[in-house]
Amino acid sequence: MGKFFFFSVIISIISGIINGKTAEVSAAALEESSHAVELSIKLLGSLCFWSGIMETARQSGIIEKLREILKPLLLLVFPRLKNEEKALGAVSMNVAANFLGLGNAATPFGISAMKELHRISGFSSAATAEMVCFVVMNTASLQLLPTTVAAIRLEHGVQNPLDILPAVWAVSLCSLLLGIFAAKIGFPKGERK
Amino acid sequence: MSTVLSTEIIVPAVIAFVIGWAIYRKTDVFGSFVEGAKEGLRSAVSILPALCFLMTAIGMLRQSGFLEAVTGFVAPAAEKLGFPAEIIPLAVLRPFSGSGALGYYEELFQSVVPGSFAEKTASVLMGGSETTFYTLAVYYGAVGIKNSRNTVPAALFADFSAAVLSVFFVNLFLQR
Repeated sequence: MGKFFFFSVIISIISGIINGKTAEVSAAALEESSHAVELSIKLLGSLCFWSGIMETARQSGIIEKLREILKPLLLLVFPRLKNEEKALGAVSMNVAANFLGLGNAATPFGISAMKELHRISGFSSAATAEMVCFVVMNTASLQLLPTTVAAIRLEHGVQNPLDILPAVWAVSLCSLLLGIFAAKIGFPKGERK
Repeated sequence: MSTVLSTEIIVPAVIAFVIGWAIYRKTDVFGSFVEGAKEGLRSAVSILPALCFLMTAIGMLRQSGFLEAVTGFVAPAAEKLGFPAEIIPLAVLRPFSGSGALGYYEELFQSVVPGSFAEKTASVLMGGSETTFYTLAVYYGAVGIKNSRNTVPAALFADFSAAVLSVFFVNLFLQR
């Protein structure tokens, strides 16, 4: 993460000079952190709300049921979580929320899954193979109904805004599988901790 | 638009189901909710530092004209592969900025015909991908991971595949 920041800053400075946008780059350096605060305040409500719903779902046994349904599929991707019921439960909730297009809920569920994976790793400061795979899964995201896109298309007079569905499913499923593949293949060897 | 409408009911339906089931199973609904919400509050606090870090880096990149330079650089090759020219900036912007990509996508409707190949490809790309760096910062930020190993290359590989595949599948399914 540190390297990423360093390189983006260096690239921004060089490219800012070339494009004559140094003023904009400095403005961004000073102001963007307040956007991060705005964003986390916006997230705060849905994080609290959906984490609350998740705990209710856990205590009433819904997560357990969902986990048992998704377990065979999830173990293909995370074979080492076989006996980690809490982690598998949180991953199941995240997958289900992503699938239903509940983006607001998927994030809190995903965060609690990450906390479980972190605990299993012995609170390591480096990502484990499971974490890499799980995060990549969430960046590729498999969604049943892309509601935002459908609403925008409808607004702009597309007659059948959901005609793209088969293509959306094919694209997200393939990119999801390719992402998982890349996450597994590219993980540093000998460190499958 | 019954299909679009029915998606609007998913969120309340999920909430009603969870609470209804909890009452049926005699779970302490309010107590469990508050307990979980507290945990959510802690998560929100723990992701803020990572978000500050990431959004400053991404914001500087966006303002510096770097993404435009990347777009200009890949455009000739991408167009040769059948990528509509209007979509290339969207594909480049998508992993970095959710709001930026959405803004560009909405503006796109001024310049392309709704229902055209370019518009469909853009819509498929928007619907089938996520804001990669944001997801990364939130998830790793929440648990304080410093070394993300191969996450960035793997996630960007998935994004790149999504862009190429959206052209491919729109051609396959939606061209007639």
